[in-house]
Amino acid sequence: MSEVIKVGMADMAVCSGDDAVTTLGLGSCIGIAIRDPSAGIGGLVHIMLPDSTEIRNNTNRLKFADTGIEDLVNEIIKKGGSKSRLVAKIAGGAQMFSSGGKSDTIRVGERNAQASRKKLMELKIPLLSEDTGKTYGRTVVFYPKTGDYVIRSVGMPEKKI
Amino acid sequence: MKDLSMEELTSQYYDVLKELGNIGAGNATTALAQLIGCKVDMSVPQVQLLEFNELGEIVGGEDEIMVGIYLQVEGDIEGSMMFIQKKLSAAHLVNKLMCGMLGVDDEEIASAEFGEMECSAIKEVGNIITGAYLNALSSLTGLKIYPSVPQLGIDMAGALLSVPAVEFGLFADKILLVQTKFSDDVELDGYFILIPDMESYEKILKVLGVM
Repeated sequence: MSEVIKVGMADMAVCSGDDAVTTLGLGSCIGIAIRDPSAGIGGLVHIMLPDSTEIRNNTNRLKFADTGIEDLVNEIIKKGGSKSRLVAKIAGGAQMFSSGGKSDTIRVGERNAQASRKKLMELKIPLLSEDTGKTYGRTVVFYPKTGDYVIRSVGMPEKKI
Repeated sequence: MKDLSMEELTSQYYDVLKELGNIGAGNATTALAQLIGCKVDMSVPQVQLLEFNELGEIVGGEDEIMVGIYLQVEGDIEGSMMFIQKKLSAAHLVNKLMCGMLGVDDEEIASAEFGEMECSAIKEVGNIITGAYLNALSSLTGLKIYPSVPQLGIDMAGALLSVPAVEFGLFADKILLVQTKFSDDVELDGYFILIPDMESYEKILKVLGVM
């Protein structure tokens, strides 16, 4: 039986075979999906903030794009993936309210997306496709076997990237 | 000034915040009752300090469609505040305000589309409820609190809640949620999330003589 593993905020999961990973209701957060296509292993990390070095309280590594991606990559390698074969897709990074909080949190979605791209480039992991920005939430499901990244939003047709 | 982290919120602080939530939500309920012109009962609010990944489940699933009112807070306390409720609860409230224009039974109300007028009505409800909440907080602490014009979002719970979660995320790994159940003839669930920045937390607790 294939299983769909749920990933919460500041959380990650790695799976293989017919299993899938999902995260529900991404807002300004980003769901970064990384997989090794030949090994059929991959995973998803749900990050909330762009940069762990900007913030004092940074013990939760999965909260940030930079450290979260590092941890996901390491976990995939540990489970048998090869770093040189890894590819990525990202989704999320919306701006839910037109003028958000303090200056730090304005455009946090956009900054999350930028930070994710930057980190992937730094690790030389190709970013195959993305669905970021806009003003609505996204529910995503990632299938490491096929690489399909399915995106659902309220009042919109399902999308696959 | 002592550096306060969310993890240091001992039970004493926690009780104070709980009480603030209680008073705020109580005031908000009174305002709501006056607005819709009928008696509204309120259960004792539940105040919870939650992990980020627990947040979605508490409100009934991250993909549950909800209506969120979000506003900035300025003055002696800075930060932001969110009032979030299930779409059905919001629709019931709007229906009350608009004299039953959305329909009579649950199904009709649940399937109603939120147009400009409905959105405006729910924004007004949000404005009054959050205003009452903050008023209570302000008169209790003597601190000046100025709310901004509220913004409305209708989307998946996880997506809306990510906004306050990110703000909490700047200084903590947990989020403080005040859950209130209102009911008149139907049960209406609502959640308050007040996000003062860390300095404001200290101010509130100091004014109340806790630290």
